[in-house]
Amino acid sequence: MASQSEVIDRLRATFRSGVTFPEQFRMTQLQNLLYLVEENEQLIQDALHKDLHKPKFESVLSEIQITLNDLYFAMENLRTWMQPEYNIGKNLATRMDDCFIRREPLGVVLIIGAWNYPLHLILLPLVAAIAAGNCAILKPSEICQATEQLLAELIPKYLSQDCYAVLCGGAEDTKSLLKNKFDHIFYTGSQVVARSILLAAAPHLTPVTLELGGKSPCFIYGHIDIQKAAKRLCWSKFFNTGQSCVAPDYVLCTAQTRDALLPALRETLRTFYGPDPGASLDMGRIVTPHHWRRLMDMLEKSKGKVVIGGESREEDRYIAPTVLVDVQESDALMQEEIFGPILPILTIESLEEGIDYINRQEKPLALYVFSDETSVVTTVLNNTSSGGFCGNDGIVHMALPGLPFGGVGASGMGSYHGRWGFETFSHRRGCMNRSWLLERVNVLRYPPYSDYNLGWLRWATTFKKNSWGGCSVM
Amino acid sequence: MEKQAVQRAREAFLAGRSRPLEFRVQQLKSLQRMITDRQGEIATALKQDINRSQYDTPLFELIGLENEISLAVSKLAQWAAPRPVERNLLTISDQAYIQPEPLGVVLIIGAWNYPWALTLQPLVGAIAAGNAAVVKPSELSEYSASLLKALLPRYLDQELYPVVCGGVSETQELLRQRFDHVFYTGNSTVGKLVMEAAARHLTPVTLELGGKSPCYIDKDVDLRVACRRITWGKFVNCGQTCIAPDYILCEPSIQNRVVEGIRQTLLEFYGPDPKSSPDYGRIINQRHFNRLMTLLEGYTATVGGQSDSSQRYIAPTVVKDVPPQARLMQEEIFGPLLPIVTVSDIDDAIHFINEREKPLALYVFSSNKKVIKRMLAETTSGGVTVNDVIMHYTLNSLPFGGVGQSGTGRYHGKHTFDQFSHHRACLVKSLGLEEVHMVRYPPQNHQKVRRVRLAMRTPLVDFSKGTYIWAVTASIVALGLLVALTVILILAAGVSCTCL
Repeated sequence: MASQSEVIDRLRATFRSGVTFPEQFRMTQLQNLLYLVEENEQLIQDALHKDLHKPKFESVLSEIQITLNDLYFAMENLRTWMQPEYNIGKNLATRMDDCFIRREPLGVVLIIGAWNYPLHLILLPLVAAIAAGNCAILKPSEICQATEQLLAELIPKYLSQDCYAVLCGGAEDTKSLLKNKFDHIFYTGSQVVARSILLAAAPHLTPVTLELGGKSPCFIYGHIDIQKAAKRLCWSKFFNTGQSCVAPDYVLCTAQTRDALLPALRETLRTFYGPDPGASLDMGRIVTPHHWRRLMDMLEKSKGKVVIGGESREEDRYIAPTVLVDVQESDALMQEEIFGPILPILTIESLEEGIDYINRQEKPLALYVFSDETSVVTTVLNNTSSGGFCGNDGIVHMALPGLPFGGVGASGMGSYHGRWGFETFSHRRGCMNRSWLLERVNVLRYPPYSDYNLGWLRWATTFKKNSWGGCSVM
Repeated sequence: MEKQAVQRAREAFLAGRSRPLEFRVQQLKSLQRMITDRQGEIATALKQDINRSQYDTPLFELIGLENEISLAVSKLAQWAAPRPVERNLLTISDQAYIQPEPLGVVLIIGAWNYPWALTLQPLVGAIAAGNAAVVKPSELSEYSASLLKALLPRYLDQELYPVVCGGVSETQELLRQRFDHVFYTGNSTVGKLVMEAAARHLTPVTLELGGKSPCYIDKDVDLRVACRRITWGKFVNCGQTCIAPDYILCEPSIQNRVVEGIRQTLLEFYGPDPKSSPDYGRIINQRHFNRLMTLLEGYTATVGGQSDSSQRYIAPTVVKDVPPQARLMQEEIFGPLLPIVTVSDIDDAIHFINEREKPLALYVFSSNKKVIKRMLAETTSGGVTVNDVIMHYTLNSLPFGGVGQSGTGRYHGKHTFDQFSHHRACLVKSLGLEEVHMVRYPPQNHQKVRRVRLAMRTPLVDFSKGTYIWAVTASIVALGLLVALTVILILAAGVSCTCL
């Protein structure tokens, strides 16, 4: 059983050999990863069900298909992404030169997965890392043991063992892994751990991407079809039993909207899960007894009124889809990200009040607005910040590969998905290939200096409004 | 005091003052006026700090800065506008775009070697992106720092863009505060401390560090021109440039000619006695002077080697046949000492470079396209200039930044704006097309799973203006052709038709 440093050294030696650089190699590995997912769908679904009681539908939609889509997208676009970028502005001085931006691999990267979407949160960054030509160490979450084992077994079978390795273990193993030098660290998880990762990366000057979380607010305001809004809200909130980093955490609406919303929510939940969600095959469970306890504590301490749900069962870590009203800013449910099937509704009197409230908190990973009124959507957009934004729906903005997925402030730094992942795991190297000609013009820049030369240089290099770029000195 | 400056900047930012585009443009134009009005004073400060010649100041600090400001003013509306992204069939009727937004209050820590350019160029991007910015110039270039502290508040909004001066303890106090981004230019030792301090607040950082930038000279090259360009880049600002060619790699057969080429050029540039040339600079302070002199210990200079501690003067110096383990080759020189290390061929050179930390810049002089291609493909570095030095810095459409130990992040031109912005992914849907969305809701069954899979697999379409125009034009042309074909067929058929 190789030690951590042996594995890292092996990968580094492979990277140095340059074998991951050619397009063909990257394409083959991506293709193999595709086979891994396609050929083992049932095993994956079983593992996810074992770990998270994940309904088959959710496994397919939010773990398998999203990974496959990202793979298709990467394979289709790899050649384009790898091309040096020539279409950049030049100016008088560099007209005769070749100027371009190369995308180059970074080296050996570390990808730390999370437990709520244990497959895609580790494989999507891997797709990007492979596409960008790196070697990668995967550290799946130890909380989802079945998925962790499956990945440890399958990855070496399908992908090059000299380039990609899975290292399993708990908190202590991760700590010791972080003592090593990596060329990029990609972490999905909590703020507390994120801090220690950044502190571990600093002595090595390793760049880091952090996909964290936060309390993603959801406005329901103004003129809106409350039935449709309730459907989309319920879907995005209770998907994966609320354990999504971009789940709408809480709702902000007026008392009037709330009164219309509650019956719509009740009806939707009944349609989705039947009269007893605990018996529905489409309802998931909380990941561990510890997380179940955390949620129950929050619920117990809350001063809000439970109007829907509230039932729970410790044996199978079940919590019913629960909605509370009359929740204040100081409530136990409003102090940390909920990450469970509990939806507090905060009543506001005006949009401004809601916006002020949001701006008093940390910047969230996602922000949602349900409204038919463009002015409402625009006002919220212009006066708040968040990792991403979705109007009139929840979560789905992360399924569009053209949009970067990432946080800001306490919700994270950096982004990925599609081309953004490729850029995250690449170094953008600015290259200028100067021509040998025009040396007579170069002479203007050499000492001994003179006012005369400086005058000409200034004229030649000052940015002209219609030119594409500026040059500061010849 | 530092805490208050940051607090005031945050309050000013939260009040929304820095966001309107007109305000940002007005501040940038004001910054432009400051540079134009106060050129003389800036040049004097630089002369006192680092003995910068009156021509080097506009050339290396101010022209670049002015160009950045003009570019930002001219392109701001474009940069700040929403950037549409491709959509698929599921999102065909929705708006999907990336909205650049200000981050908040950023910290810019400048460096002493180009105290105006390296402190104000990031500031241009920070202002353009709509942020507030606390500016901390380097205390080592003290005259420039005091001048900046006196001038900036007279031209820019005092609360949004405060200047905080001071040494290590003031910087540490600043770093204890929470910022939304920290931009640091300097050395990697302090870079690590900056990153560590930022880690506590989960603050992203841009680090513009340094390293030993190698300069490979191929044997079949016009040495006269190559040496002139290298000499220029190496000895400008007395070698105190983060992207100066740190050392030369070449084959033994051309080493002497390289030395001669440099010697000749030095005579042309600075005359027989560089000490008396107005165009040759000095070392920033005694500590760095001593550091450089120590590096030279035990080696005989082939060119130069003279020094004068009282003036912090070190002559442009070249050392031949430097062994890889010499002190000169262990740390970034950042001074007017140019070691030449011999390598047997391009393979040896590439191997030599790759054994070391990733540099900020890499230079290769060659007329052989294959050599250039190999150098580019088999090494990495922050940036590259081929057949010249430093110049990639000057084109602001190229991203400027390091990789690995030479730094993280990039800037210049639009890249600065992007570095100081949050790129917020926005999807604005309608509540229509609900029938399509029904497949995703529980209760679930096999058919729904199948349908959802199909829906998710739709390809992405580019709805940009260009594609739109192309699509419409192509459709019109196709329709036109179809009509023409139909008419022809009818006419042809009409010949044999007796229905009329």
